[in-house]
Amino acid sequence: METFYNVLIDPFVQMYGMPDFFLQVLWEGLVSGVLYALIALGFVLIFKSSRIFNFAQGIMVVFAALSLVGLHTFLVPFVGNEFVAAAIAMPLTLGIMYALAMSVERVVLRPLVGQPDIILFMATIGITMFLIGFGEFVFGGENKVMITEALGIPTGAIEFEPFGGFLLLEEKDVFAVVMAIVLVISLLVFLNKSAMGRAIRALGDDHTAALSVGISLSTIWVLVWFIAGVIALATGVVWGARAGVSFALEVIAYKALPVLMLGGLESVSGAIIGGIAIGLLEKVFEIYWGQPLFGGNTETWFAFIFALIVLLFRPQGLFGEKIIERV
Amino acid sequence: MFYRTSGQFKTTYESDQALFPIKQDMVLLVVILAAMYVVFPMFASEFTYKALLVPVLIYSLASLGLNILTGYAGQLSLGTAGFMGVGAYACYKITTIFPEMNIIVALFLSGFFSAAVGVAFGLPSLRIKGFYLAIATLASQFFLVWLFEKWAWLYNYNASGAIEVRTMDIFGLVVTGPNASPMVQYYFVLGIVSVVTFAMINLTRGRYGRTWKAVRDMDIAAELVGINLMRAKLSAFAVSSYIVGIAGALMVFFWKGAAEPNLFDIPMSFQIVFIAIIGGLGSVMGNFLGAILIVALPVVLNLLPEMLGLSIGSATMEHVNVMVVGSLIIMFLIVEPHGLARFWALIREKLIIWPFPH
Repeated sequence: METFYNVLIDPFVQMYGMPDFFLQVLWEGLVSGVLYALIALGFVLIFKSSRIFNFAQGIMVVFAALSLVGLHTFLVPFVGNEFVAAAIAMPLTLGIMYALAMSVERVVLRPLVGQPDIILFMATIGITMFLIGFGEFVFGGENKVMITEALGIPTGAIEFEPFGGFLLLEEKDVFAVVMAIVLVISLLVFLNKSAMGRAIRALGDDHTAALSVGISLSTIWVLVWFIAGVIALATGVVWGARAGVSFALEVIAYKALPVLMLGGLESVSGAIIGGIAIGLLEKVFEIYWGQPLFGGNTETWFAFIFALIVLLFRPQGLFGEKIIERV
Repeated sequence: MFYRTSGQFKTTYESDQALFPIKQDMVLLVVILAAMYVVFPMFASEFTYKALLVPVLIYSLASLGLNILTGYAGQLSLGTAGFMGVGAYACYKITTIFPEMNIIVALFLSGFFSAAVGVAFGLPSLRIKGFYLAIATLASQFFLVWLFEKWAWLYNYNASGAIEVRTMDIFGLVVTGPNASPMVQYYFVLGIVSVVTFAMINLTRGRYGRTWKAVRDMDIAAELVGINLMRAKLSAFAVSSYIVGIAGALMVFFWKGAAEPNLFDIPMSFQIVFIAIIGGLGSVMGNFLGAILIVALPVVLNLLPEMLGLSIGSATMEHVNVMVVGSLIIMFLIVEPHGLARFWALIREKLIIWPFPH
């Protein structure tokens, strides 16, 4: 009876009793959910256009953030001004991500065209390992601080007093959410309105047909990996502002995987909705069920188990393409 | 030249489908086994045992387990390390609850626990396929590692949260704990790996192996010819997790001596997937070749600058090492996506018809 009460009634009593705290939890969940959605978006874009499950997305986040911070520290003595250095470092980092996209396409993907999915998946894990070693080799393995102020990201906090309580929104989190929304909208516009975007979607629909109407596979792959790199950079900046830049950031890639399961591997909107849903649910579960009942730290597995249960009812995720099999 | 098959006539189906259809294969195996059992122990130092021989054997066994599931039954799993953990913790609990029990019996019993957990997490495979299943197996990975941390009963309420192996003996011979000699542990691991490998070679050749392969190649078609998909997939999960569990128990009891939950975290899962893929999916021998490459290569790479007289900081070396291994993996995937086992198969075919090209 006691357990029954603890599981089914007590959490809701607490939510109702302290609505301001509940709102705070929801906000935190929303912020991480938006970031999960961003990473998942990088996965989805690459999967849609090339059927490659890109495990390296997580390390690309770290690598982009590291390059930005590393270039910035390198440039500051030369330029003398933090803001100018940041303004130079940003396009340079984008250049690095483009070079990365191109070399991945040239060195790894092109020779592996037509191989089974699992081989390509393994190759992206190989890329991950290479980037881990390369990043540590060039930038060092220690933790770094994201150049939040030089980039002009606000660092204050906004306070509200809903329901006579207290709610604190950090400005950089607000910035993260706003930036994610802008990024997603511009990406959707790009995918739906521009010729390149249509080519990406065409490639996602049918490889052979897209090739036969003259869409260049390698250009699109480079483009898609570059977009994934830009998304990785954006994620790296905002997540780095929250938690510092280190290789531990890579674990957020694992957080994007249940989002993909939930939303479906091919669906852009699925990635966004799934990301936010998982961010919110895992936070709420951790605070109201995980910590009192399971000893905390349930965030490592909750999303996976939740997505697994959803998948049992919809094997292709909530928004994924229906899997049709023929013999 | 070495593989001349002339004069070896097959007069019955049994002899054609025998374990060694060509006599030279058997000779080769005897040579390898002799090297493992006799020659290596004559030269190996304590370092070689601890850093090369025992790890390669244990990882081969874990990869063999994964290969049953992924290579033979076609179900990609990324949660191998979690099941190794189940085996290790089960073995630890069995040996604390029944201190008198023979360690061999405890080892083979602990496999049943990981098999049960494996079947439970394998149930979704009946509905979910492909990458969705691969991510789903990550659920077991994260959940199990979390459980090893939070469930204090598993590690006997130790303050450190780690499990430590006490000294145990078989008929007076110390096999585990800090006092055990590396050579004894090596022979012990080698013996178990040999037995399990022999069993698996025969299992994969037999009825179960053929069922798994049919499911791997096209599960709907397999179902149509009358294969019970549930039984096939779950049996693959059970056998695979059983072997993986034994490998995990061996790892803690005969190699590491102690283990914290994060030993069984996701990097080890990936390492084992790499071994299986680089070695060759759907091959028993590939696991050993892959393990030699993935496990032994970093050790050798670490020693290399010292041999060449270069002085590089150990941290830098570590980074270069990861880079080199990553690039090698990509290179191997490009050169031979079917793995090292396929390489050997090609060489063998060439040798049989040598000196003729066709």
